[in-house]
Amino acid sequence: MTDASQNAGPMLAADGTPLKQSLARSLRRQKLRALMLVAPLLLFVMFSFIIPIASMLFRSVENSMVQETLPQTVEALQSWDETSGELPDEAVYDAFVRDMVVAVDNKTHTRLGSRLNYEETGMSSMFRRSGRKLGKMDPETDGPFKDQVIEIHEGWGDPNTWAIIKTHSPAVTNGYFLNAVDMRRTPEGAQSQPEDKQILIKLFGRTLFMSLVITGACILLAYPVSYLLATLPMRVSNLLMILVLLPFWTSLLVRTSAWKVMLQQQGVINDTLVWLGLVADDARLIIINNQIGTIVAMTHILLPFMILPMYSVMQTIPDSYTRAAKSMGATNWTTFWRIYFPQSVPGIGAGSILVFILAIGYYITPEIVGGTKGVFISNRIAYHISSSLNWGLAAALGTILLAVVLLLYWCYDKIVGIDNVKLG
Amino acid sequence: MTDTMNDAAFVEFQRVQKSYDGENLVVKDLNLAMPKGEFLTMLGPSGSGKTTCLMMLAGFETATHGEILLDGKPINNIPPHKRGIGMVFQNYALFPHMTVAENLSFPLEVRNLGKSEREEKVKRALDMVQMGQFGGRRPAQLSGGQQQRIALARALVFEPELVLMDEPLGALDKQLREHMQFEITRLAHELGITTVYVTHDQTEALTMSDRVAVFDDGRIQQLAPPDQLYEEPENSFVAQFIGENNTLEGVVKSIDGNTCLIQLDDGSEIDAVPINVHNPGERTKVSIRPERVEFNKDRLHADAHTLTATVKEFIYMGDVFRFRMSVAGNDDFIVKTRNAPDAIRLTPGQEVEIGWLAQDCRALDA
Ligand SMILES: Nc1ncnc2c1ncn2[C@@H]1O[C@H](COP(=O)(O)OP(=O)(O)OP(=O)(O)O)[C@@H](O)[C@H]1O
Ligand SMILES: [Mg+2]
Repeated sequence: MTDASQNAGPMLAADGTPLKQSLARSLRRQKLRALMLVAPLLLFVMFSFIIPIASMLFRSVENSMVQETLPQTVEALQSWDETSGELPDEAVYDAFVRDMVVAVDNKTHTRLGSRLNYEETGMSSMFRRSGRKLGKMDPETDGPFKDQVIEIHEGWGDPNTWAIIKTHSPAVTNGYFLNAVDMRRTPEGAQSQPEDKQILIKLFGRTLFMSLVITGACILLAYPVSYLLATLPMRVSNLLMILVLLPFWTSLLVRTSAWKVMLQQQGVINDTLVWLGLVADDARLIIINNQIGTIVAMTHILLPFMILPMYSVMQTIPDSYTRAAKSMGATNWTTFWRIYFPQSVPGIGAGSILVFILAIGYYITPEIVGGTKGVFISNRIAYHISSSLNWGLAAALGTILLAVVLLLYWCYDKIVGIDNVKLG
Repeated sequence: MTDTMNDAAFVEFQRVQKSYDGENLVVKDLNLAMPKGEFLTMLGPSGSGKTTCLMMLAGFETATHGEILLDGKPINNIPPHKRGIGMVFQNYALFPHMTVAENLSFPLEVRNLGKSEREEKVKRALDMVQMGQFGGRRPAQLSGGQQQRIALARALVFEPELVLMDEPLGALDKQLREHMQFEITRLAHELGITTVYVTHDQTEALTMSDRVAVFDDGRIQQLAPPDQLYEEPENSFVAQFIGENNTLEGVVKSIDGNTCLIQLDDGSEIDAVPINVHNPGERTKVSIRPERVEFNKDRLHADAHTLTATVKEFIYMGDVFRFRMSVAGNDDFIVKTRNAPDAIRLTPGQEVEIGWLAQDCRALDA
């Protein structure tokens, strides 16, 4: 069949136009209609999803603030060698005063201060404190400035200050990404952060590890339940299904708080264990505000996302397969392992991807029950967005998270095959 | 209906009953004995309990009452995988995640056969169904007929003595169906396998089987070889269900040994063989096959009772002529004659005298 059509060249329709072309024409109306039907969703996704993500990607490298606020200084610093250990010359200070007068006028110098404070603590207050005096200078008459400026704040007499300004002056920076992997941009190039500031890599590792544990726990717990759901008579399985879906009808916050009540040291579980005599009263288990708390609560919350795809796949496995296997002499275990299980793998795959991707970006539950040892990278992102206001770093972390998810997805496709995933 | 239960019975149902819900009996009092090597077909309308019987035999359903014996031993308590019964399912049930060869080798693997022995048997089984070069394919890459053949090969590869087939040809087109019918019977006889075959296609049942069990309402209505089933139906259900049949209703006037006189509802009288009637005055359905009706006066007995029929329709079918007539109030009375050189072509509207030999006309239950 394929050989024939290859040899015969393009097929022609009745009117002599190539068949492909006339097929495309006849399908155009259909396609147009399909496009109109998806248009509202497409627009919604564009504005509420794609554009924010693009802006996040952009923010993670964007760094125009130094250049915009101190344009002349940046230019003057070009000729200065930051590795010499000497202060820049008068030209730089002159340019700096000119820039600052404008900046103080526009009140942008404090923002620059906060921006540079991410790189070196103290910068923020330096800009704030010297702002008033610098703003009052007249660049045309008051020079030379070098000593006056150093007089206002001794920080301006430190070559390191100028080195930082120069290092972070390019409009596009890899600084946030370096920060995100516990490194930083220095005049001498990229270097590791000091020991006490290295937390993000560890946090990434913990997030991945705990997400894997949660996914594994979900698989183990969900498989038997899904099997029951798929094999029980309709009436019973519908009832069970409601129990599975029940958590969906309760607020996430309420469920997580309930776990707090359950798991705390004076909580239900500890009380019961003490009452049963399994645990001494003075040695109550610490199962909250640490990794165990996060894993337990998140496994519970994400379980339905594992059960549903598994169930929908198992439901499509007909009885006749297992019956056929048994009629051929396979024991119950062989039948399960060789016939049933392989056919349920697409469900496990779909559920695992779903749970893992949800887990890796989870925020509320680790925040409430995770304490300090059980938090995820997303909690750190939230911190940078709402508390430290270092949006660039938050964006870089978010971008790395996105990249990790895509990478894992790609690996999964290579190893298991994405067409092996069935959601229904 | 009852078969003499000989000692050599290989498969035996003894007074088997089955209920799924505890309220309705799906199988009521099933008695059946099959000798080794027999090809028996269960034939019956949808919902008559055929699959249920097969599942009880295979061990996937338990009989509510009664015993099922295999080779003289009761099997009610033997789990399915120890019964050694080959099965072909209606939807084939080929494992989609295995290749054809893996499918076939599965029953051998679970029997712990060596690799070389497995390969040899798989090859032999594939050749048997003429699918030798398809071993590497997945079931989804095969046509319906090919899948069907693989399912058959898989049921036979471990050399079971008993094979159950549940409407295995249901999804095939007519030509392939006929071909496969032939293949299945050939293999079954060649290998000497005892076969229980389920279908609701009566032609299939008649052409393939040694004996046919006609099911209705959870009971075997008749168990007989195909020719006997067609020519000597024991009740009006079987007569109606197997082949084309004409029914006339009436009352028994008199019974005289092997013949009886029936008065039809319009007053005319005919001769018949009493099958399910015992006393004058009983109501009866008289059954007569379309090809046994005669309207050529010369071929009828001089003293035979005849009826007047009005021709309603003439259908030319090539090898046969088919007439629809109105006889004794029945507008769907069918008569068939062979398209022979001297055959008479009646035209619609024409009135003819029709009759038949008394032994072809059976007085059954009402
Ligand atoms: N698992 C079951 N639970 C309850 N009732 C059932 C079940 N399986 C079959 N039945 C009922 O038992 C009766 C007989 O079913 P069975 O499947 O044996 O019919 P069948 O003769 O094989 O029909 P078909 O030709 O349509 O396959 C039907 O009325 C059916 O509704
Ligand atoms: Mg059936």
